[in-house]
Amino acid sequence: MTQDVAFPTRKDEAWRYSDTDTLAGMDLGAFDRWQDIDVPAGETVRETLVISDENSDPDGVELRRLRVKIGKGARFELFGVIAGAQLGRVEVVLTLAEGAHFEMGGITVGGRSTVREFVTRVAHEEPNATSNQIVRSVHWGKGTGNFLGRIDVVRDAQKTDAAQSFKGLLLEKGASVNAVPQLEIFADDVKCEHGASVGQMDENARFYMAARGLSPEASRRLLVQAFIGDALVEVDDEAEQERLLRIALDKLDKHL
Amino acid sequence: MLKIENLTAEIDGKTILNGLSLEVAAGEIHAIMGPNGAGKSTLSYVLGGRPGYEVTGGSVTFRGQDLLDMEPHERAAAGLFLGFQYPVEIPGVSNVQFLREALNAQRKGRGEEPLSGGEFLKVAKEKAALLKLDMDMLKRNVNVGFSGGEKKRAEMVQMGILDPAFAVLDETDSGLDIDALRVVGDGINAIMRDSGKGVLLITHYQRLLDVVKPDKVSILSKGRIVKTGGPDLALRLENEGYDAVMAEPA
Repeated sequence: MTQDVAFPTRKDEAWRYSDTDTLAGMDLGAFDRWQDIDVPAGETVRETLVISDENSDPDGVELRRLRVKIGKGARFELFGVIAGAQLGRVEVVLTLAEGAHFEMGGITVGGRSTVREFVTRVAHEEPNATSNQIVRSVHWGKGTGNFLGRIDVVRDAQKTDAAQSFKGLLLEKGASVNAVPQLEIFADDVKCEHGASVGQMDENARFYMAARGLSPEASRRLLVQAFIGDALVEVDDEAEQERLLRIALDKLDKHL
Repeated sequence: MLKIENLTAEIDGKTILNGLSLEVAAGEIHAIMGPNGAGKSTLSYVLGGRPGYEVTGGSVTFRGQDLLDMEPHERAAAGLFLGFQYPVEIPGVSNVQFLREALNAQRKGRGEEPLSGGEFLKVAKEKAALLKLDMDMLKRNVNVGFSGGEKKRAEMVQMGILDPAFAVLDETDSGLDIDALRVVGDGINAIMRDSGKGVLLITHYQRLLDVVKPDKVSILSKGRIVKTGGPDLALRLENEGYDAVMAEPA
């Protein structure tokens, strides 16, 4: 543990939209705690991460840091829901070897003045690796959802295929989302795409659903479920997909 | 069954319905025809309770209840079905999930037991076959990627599954080719032709009325009903046009 680390501030690029005020009370040692994952060549590892009211302090910070090395031809899948803590933050620092794949689906939900964010740094260090990151954020009150995603493609990492998709859904005025894609590409034969959008609930769809008998609560739940479902498409275990969806939707039900 | 009295309504401060009165009895199919801008779609939206459509006067009684006092989803549970001129696409939500939730929400509102997945699929299959809509279409997302004709057929499948007491169908015939028009028309007859049910059929053209024979036809103009007659009124409109028919003394 190093005691001379200082708390990050909003001047740090990776904390630009974060809630750095809440950091003041936390144990500095948390910044040194990393979960290291090595995915051996040719293997598949899946990690599921949940920050919810059950495992975090609603007024505190919940920081999860993952350091991942994906071996040759290996696959790493990360699915996460951030639905708890004043500041809930998942950081991923990851490197891909030749022909490896990284699949990520992230969901942030929250109201009050909470901040929930995914911060990823994905390094394509060898050729033919692929990565796909999907983040969906649903916020209300003065809640904020962020996705800061950096992708580095080194000179030798030809035929890299990297994609990022972010969509935010704001249920109330005052909520906000931020997407910061950052692509550093030094190879010339690569495909990197990123998309970001933000919107509100489709009121035409809600009236249509009401005209078929769905209450406002039921139509909102169904639309939010469809919206965040994008991030869980690649979860092939249906029960697990259902569990993650429920954590996010329950949060919504509780606060609206 | 449905009684509209002296209804006035506006959108953004502009009066669209202007003292509209109309009554539809059980067992009756009542066609509403009228020139563009007469207020036909506004009437259907006001009956459905669409936000932004403000009722400024009059009353609507549906099966003895004050319809205007109910939320849109409560109107559906009370037995009112609104067929949309432009059915809405809902990405990420399958027809099967949507309709099962909608049907069970309505059943709950009426104090009935929900249908299980299996029971629901049985009903859905039967209605899809009636409207010649591939069951696979119902597994797809609501209206997403459907052609105009498929959307209208899907609307009628929804109506069949929800089995309402009363349907307000807003230009259900628009965008249909001749074959699809017959399928949709036959569907309306099969689902809604019943002594206990009623239909308000809003249309521009006689051709749907060749398949779905109305008991009464009313002309809507400038936000009110200006003439009501039998099926022959629609035929005369088709041959003579609105201006000529409306110019006659009532």
